[in-house]
Amino acid sequence: MDPVSQRACDKIHQHSALLASGGPLRIMEVCGTHTMAIARSGLKGLLPPALELLSGPGCPVCVTDASYLDQAMHLAALAKAPIIATYGDMVRVPGQNGSLAEARARGAAVEVVYSANKAVELAANYPDRQVVFLAVGFETTAPGTAMALSRARREKLANFSVLVAHKLILPAMHALLAAGDVRIDGFLCPGHVSVIIGYGAYADLARDFHRPCVVAGFDPPQILAGIAAILDQLAAGQATAGSVYPSASKAGNPAAMKLLEEVFVPADAVWRGIGVIPASGLVLREAWREFDAQIRFDLPKIETHDPVGCRCGEVIRGLCRPWDCDLFGRRCTPRDAVGPCMVSSEGACAAAYKYDPARRFSRQ
Amino acid sequence: MCLAVPARIVKAAGQDATVALDGSSADISLALVPEAKVGDWVLVHAGYAITILDPKEAKVTYDLLKEMESLSAFDAQDGQGD
Repeated sequence: MDPVSQRACDKIHQHSALLASGGPLRIMEVCGTHTMAIARSGLKGLLPPALELLSGPGCPVCVTDASYLDQAMHLAALAKAPIIATYGDMVRVPGQNGSLAEARARGAAVEVVYSANKAVELAANYPDRQVVFLAVGFETTAPGTAMALSRARREKLANFSVLVAHKLILPAMHALLAAGDVRIDGFLCPGHVSVIIGYGAYADLARDFHRPCVVAGFDPPQILAGIAAILDQLAAGQATAGSVYPSASKAGNPAAMKLLEEVFVPADAVWRGIGVIPASGLVLREAWREFDAQIRFDLPKIETHDPVGCRCGEVIRGLCRPWDCDLFGRRCTPRDAVGPCMVSSEGACAAAYKYDPARRFSRQ
Repeated sequence: MCLAVPARIVKAAGQDATVALDGSSADISLALVPEAKVGDWVLVHAGYAITILDPKEAKVTYDLLKEMESLSAFDAQDGQGD
């Protein structure tokens, strides 16, 4: 083991008194990249049994309400359907009328892009077609949407619009603690979201709920160091916002925050499996509504229900483990997924399926 | 989906820049890190730099990504990673 991981592990195991005091300690990560890094590295095996790691609502695909996908499918089925530009993760998520990948197989114009800017280029290259960009993701990803909109306005691209479902991570963390139906002793906070919002953003949450919030990067030594820092705080009876990730400053990226402020305004948002969380999403400001695909295409509000038997909503709140769901590894596999936590390459179910074969084989 | 990869700026003109990493190159925006200049390592997410990196840290992150075989951030199919 590398020296940083070794030191962090030693520190974690030194907190035996803390770990022995009543019930397992539970640390939640709220970032799909952490979920995958933890599963891939097998680092849970290095932790004491009295310490549990939980995956929270950190995968943007997993927290996107099914009705959003149904609206995108509605767009794809219009007589004069726009080109739908989307991040790759979204195309395989099944809605009530199938997935965008299936729509594409039937001839719909669904283009996978790695940046919002590429979606604007599509609009510039196809002036006779409408282009709708599916704007999902947390604070890391939302500035890209804002930049794309600025460019569309600068270049007077009247054929570009966005279907916005951006989410903010802090209100979701707040909602989980306020609901109180799962024990969370501390948060391992996401590295790249925190590069944007700054680790200082977690200070109020840490203080109000008395839960340590520590930002960590994505390699196993970083994650272990973050866990050790959370345990240090718990042992000392402290609860503050901190970081072991050098790229995340206390204040974040001011240019990005300013851009988000210019283009978006926080609004209540629906989270899959959780419901409405106040001020947890971003919507376009009045000055940018001309780019709102909801308005441009007069999209209907679609009532949707999660697939029968799917427990993704409980998985992302930490209320159950992927393998507690009857569908896991049976009807729901990465190849033929029922719920978003299995579809997304960063979902907790996909991580468990791929990297915890014992859980998978027990189902076959 | 918020995955970001370290890359080095090899060319810059205003907010537009080209970064190189491991033989690939990509055009990105420096709008969020206006102080970045040619030669700097930056963390790139979905076509834009989100912060300037310490070169030592960039190397650590790069080695990790290499190990994770996640160098697909420039790949249109699954470039979004979280």
